[in-house]
Amino acid sequence: MFINHNKKMNRLLKAKIRCKKYRKKILEISQSVPALHIGGSFSSVEIVDCIYNRLKKNVDKFVLSKGHAGILQYVILNDLGIIKNKDLKNYQKKNGFLGVHPDYGSPGIMASTGSLGHGLAMVAGMALASKNKKKKFYILLSDGELQEGSVWEAALTISSLKLKNIIAIVDNNNLQTSTWATDPHPTLYPIDKKFKSFGWDVARCDGHNSNDIYNKIKLRSLKKPFALIAKTIKGYPISFMKNVPKWHYRAPNKIEYLKAIKEINNL
Amino acid sequence: MRNIFAEKLYKQAIKNKKIYILVSDISPAGNMIGFQKKYPDRFLNVGVSEQTMIGMCAGLSMEGMRPFAYTISTFALYRPFEMVRNDICYQNLPVTIVGMGAGTIYSTLGGTHLTQEDISIARSIPNMNIIAPCDPNELVDVVNFCCSKSKTPIYLRIGKAGEKNFTKNCKDKWKFGKIRKINSGRDVCFLSFGPIIKKAFDLRNSLRAQNISSEIYSCHTLKPFDYNGLKKVFKKFKLIVIIEDHSKIGGLNTIVKEHAYENGYTGKIISYSLKDEFIHCYGSQDDLLDKHNINTKKIYQNIMRKVK
Repeated sequence: MFINHNKKMNRLLKAKIRCKKYRKKILEISQSVPALHIGGSFSSVEIVDCIYNRLKKNVDKFVLSKGHAGILQYVILNDLGIIKNKDLKNYQKKNGFLGVHPDYGSPGIMASTGSLGHGLAMVAGMALASKNKKKKFYILLSDGELQEGSVWEAALTISSLKLKNIIAIVDNNNLQTSTWATDPHPTLYPIDKKFKSFGWDVARCDGHNSNDIYNKIKLRSLKKPFALIAKTIKGYPISFMKNVPKWHYRAPNKIEYLKAIKEINNL
Repeated sequence: MRNIFAEKLYKQAIKNKKIYILVSDISPAGNMIGFQKKYPDRFLNVGVSEQTMIGMCAGLSMEGMRPFAYTISTFALYRPFEMVRNDICYQNLPVTIVGMGAGTIYSTLGGTHLTQEDISIARSIPNMNIIAPCDPNELVDVVNFCCSKSKTPIYLRIGKAGEKNFTKNCKDKWKFGKIRKINSGRDVCFLSFGPIIKKAFDLRNSLRAQNISSEIYSCHTLKPFDYNGLKKVFKKFKLIVIIEDHSKIGGLNTIVKEHAYENGYTGKIISYSLKDEFIHCYGSQDDLLDKHNINTKKIYQNIMRKVK
């Protein structure tokens, strides 16, 4: 029991160290580009880290349906040796091939996303084609993305087809480009019950706790497609970015950058 | 055409296990039922979910399948347009989007069910190729092509049912990306595509009675277009007549006239295309076409004036 507890703490600690590194790398890159989607990337760090570094097997696929967090995916793929340093350096640059939103064909990128509401149907097609029932398809959606009707078309189709190897995670940071997600749609909540009524198994977790994300996915029933509603904070953990809409797109200036790095170092 | 499509696809699916068909709430008829029964694991009715149908085709293709999305043309192209553009064309996947009952074929259903601008829209998407066979015979070759040879997205524009065959004894074989001479002549050249080509054959007969000989081409591949073939037409003919079941914007009318300008063509081009107006009338397809001046009698009279 004690050994198990230690192992878990060890994994959590390792995840925390990786996530600090990823956030610092994104901040570093932010200093050489006019803008990047830092808020929505920071809210997804623990989730995408958990998928790549703890859950995903080589055969599995991951689609970042909230494509605006592309920089986060690139940074993790770079850490895994899939995206080269020189290519990451050319992010958003004239001679580079990595733009804000992921492009199919770039190393490690399984689908071109950026327009919200496209990922889930593509993942449904992938899962339908896959004869390997052990192959899993992970997808990360934003909560604002749930306002797209196409998400619910695909959600209905996935449960009707019993595509149990689909694991959809919703980054529930409750903010979109300009407003709280509940401003245009006060009835957005409860998200979990919406998925449940569409025939999915659901769970909720702390989206900034790697062990909670990992455990909820590992403990899913395996009888239905699975949706995990991960409660996150946009801009987390930077004090002046948290829940502030302008950090959806803005890159920090030098002073803000140094302040953010200091906050991460002090975590 | 839809029966031939289903029959050929079914035959191809026996050999090619990668073929997958997704339909959107369309009642399977003829061989489509056979396909569904024999290969239930490669046939899916997604219901009234066209965006999902197209997105899933992209996903299927990414996993190595050769998917076909099949429904009435307006729902195959317009409803899920961004999925067609981003998921299929932007990612350049060999998915065939089959638009059935295209143009003004569903003449009694009203403007929501007509696709008078589909080629114009599909043509402007990079990577998208467009094929519109003129008869069931041509469709056979097209289905074979889409099942195995095509490497890009294709918008396949087909009719509904009961179309006649015009290319049975045609010497010129169907070839992707080439215009196809169906009949030879010397005075007038008809350029057309899709089942409306029937009007060119009717006109050919009437003109022959007046000792006017005409040549007919099926311009089945609207993209990429056979500009070399068109150049030869410009060289040979002083009078070209375009007949299309499509808006004058962005279809064959635009293709031919743009190229005529670039080539300094000095002959006459008369186009019979749909006007840039929504269609609010009903009746037979000919009734609708007549409202847009696509009327065999009127075309005949106009040609007679021009050749005299």
